Amino acid sequence: MATASNPAQTPISKSPSLKPTVFWRIGEDVPRSLSTVLVVLSVVIPFTAWWVIASLGWVEDKFLPSPVQVLQALGTLWNDGFLLNDTIASFLRVAAGFVLAAMISVPLGIAMGAFASLRSLFEPIIGIIRYMPAPAFTPLLIIYLGLEEPPKIALIFLGIVFYNILMIMDAVKFVPKALLETSYTLGGRRRQVLFQVIAPYVLPNIIDTFRINLAAAWNLVVVAELVAAETGLGRRILLAQKFFQTDTIFACLIVLGIIGFIMDLSLKYLLKATCKWAVD
Amino acid sequence: MHLEINNLHKQFPTRQGAIVALRDINMHVETGEFVCAVGASGSGKSTLLRLVAGLDMPTAGEITVDGEAIVGPGADRGMVFQSYTLYPWMTVQKNVEFGLKLQGIGQRERRESASYFLEVVGLTKFSRALPKELSGGMKQRVAIARALASQPKILLMDEPFGALDVQTKETMQQFMLDLWQRTGISVLMITHDVDEAVFLAQRIYVLTAHPGTIQQEIAVDLPSDRTYLIRRDHAFQGYREAIMDLLRDKSEPAVISH
Repeated sequence: MATASNPAQTPISKSPSLKPTVFWRIGEDVPRSLSTVLVVLSVVIPFTAWWVIASLGWVEDKFLPSPVQVLQALGTLWNDGFLLNDTIASFLRVAAGFVLAAMISVPLGIAMGAFASLRSLFEPIIGIIRYMPAPAFTPLLIIYLGLEEPPKIALIFLGIVFYNILMIMDAVKFVPKALLETSYTLGGRRRQVLFQVIAPYVLPNIIDTFRINLAAAWNLVVVAELVAAETGLGRRILLAQKFFQTDTIFACLIVLGIIGFIMDLSLKYLLKATCKWAVD
Repeated sequence: MHLEINNLHKQFPTRQGAIVALRDINMHVETGEFVCAVGASGSGKSTLLRLVAGLDMPTAGEITVDGEAIVGPGADRGMVFQSYTLYPWMTVQKNVEFGLKLQGIGQRERRESASYFLEVVGLTKFSRALPKELSGGMKQRVAIARALASQPKILLMDEPFGALDVQTKETMQQFMLDLWQRTGISVLMITHDVDEAVFLAQRIYVLTAHPGTIQQEIAVDLPSDRTYLIRRDHAFQGYREAIMDLLRDKSEPAVISH
């Protein structure tokens, strides 16, 4: 088709609406080699930039420690036993809050997705509560639950349980109606359809929901530890601030990032291992 | 088996008032019969099949199978939908077994039965495949095997080949005809494809729209061992034209005149 303005003088080839490109194709894959290069650059560029800026001395190393200093701080944390202790402490809190949230949100989310009646009953109140920032509950939680582990676990629980419920509920709403009706015409009872059709159908979505909200849990544990804690990576960061140890703060941040990344990959792997049918 | 539909009436409430989907429907299907209901969109034909399946309840009138009124869905009326309704996480074998599992039948019997019906539909080789690895025609064959595994009194089919390409559709129609002859199953199929209806059915109910009513009942007097060649037959074309004329008269005008 020629352009509308001057079809006679504007050959089609002169102004193609889509110019050939590899990098900017929307929704298409890039060649594997290019993708590998980009993945490597994604880590190498910021790291190199950090290294160069730190070693040129543009920023005082009290504010921006060099990678070597951070590595040394990491070594010290490890040797003093703090690194392992703090990581385990934070991890256990996340695990406890997360498991509690899952125990509530999976059954309730599925039930709310399946039954419009339960949806009407619970969705409004959950919709309101989830917009209350979980960290704002911290003072209350401390008043109610003290200063030990319970308020921290409760904060993580509160911060993710409502999102979990609503995301799982939405997944259930996408189960094709014809699939449910087929199950009824095969002699299925409601209970069977709930447990043997809906639940397995949304399992990939549940794992994905977990993956997304695990990141939130990992954020909240640091918030909880910044307020009141004896151990944990958040606590370690707060202590380091008191002594102006930016290298230790950097070390803790990197550890937090790496652990989060590993958890994310693990859940992706879990999805692939348990739900082959749903992966590409 | 004797399916009977008496003075069936179905309306849906909407904000603009009730819409009558089906009015005064009377029909029947006997043992081993292949019956098609053909009609344009809006003729309520899918609603009709849903009522027989028990997925919806009539406003008035009654539907009975062997004298018993239908009160809900059940495995005695196997259903095949137009959309692919295989359980995506189950293998083909498990899909076919699933109805029996829901009915509480033991594993060994389930497996034997599923294997038998997979052979009937010619998919034994694919018993361990996942639905996403199958073509559209194969998926529908699995769905048919799954419905048959419960040994229903009647097979209900809602435009089962509507989503398939023309070539696959023709293959599936031939497959369905052969399957019907081999198993002797009673079939009630809904379709908008007149050609398909004449090719498959022994009797055809022609439904017209707004509201859905039975315009005419037509007995198709063609040999039962039909192949695609019969489409060139004068008698076949006669039935086809007659039904098309019935639908044409009653369908909405193509151009709205002012």
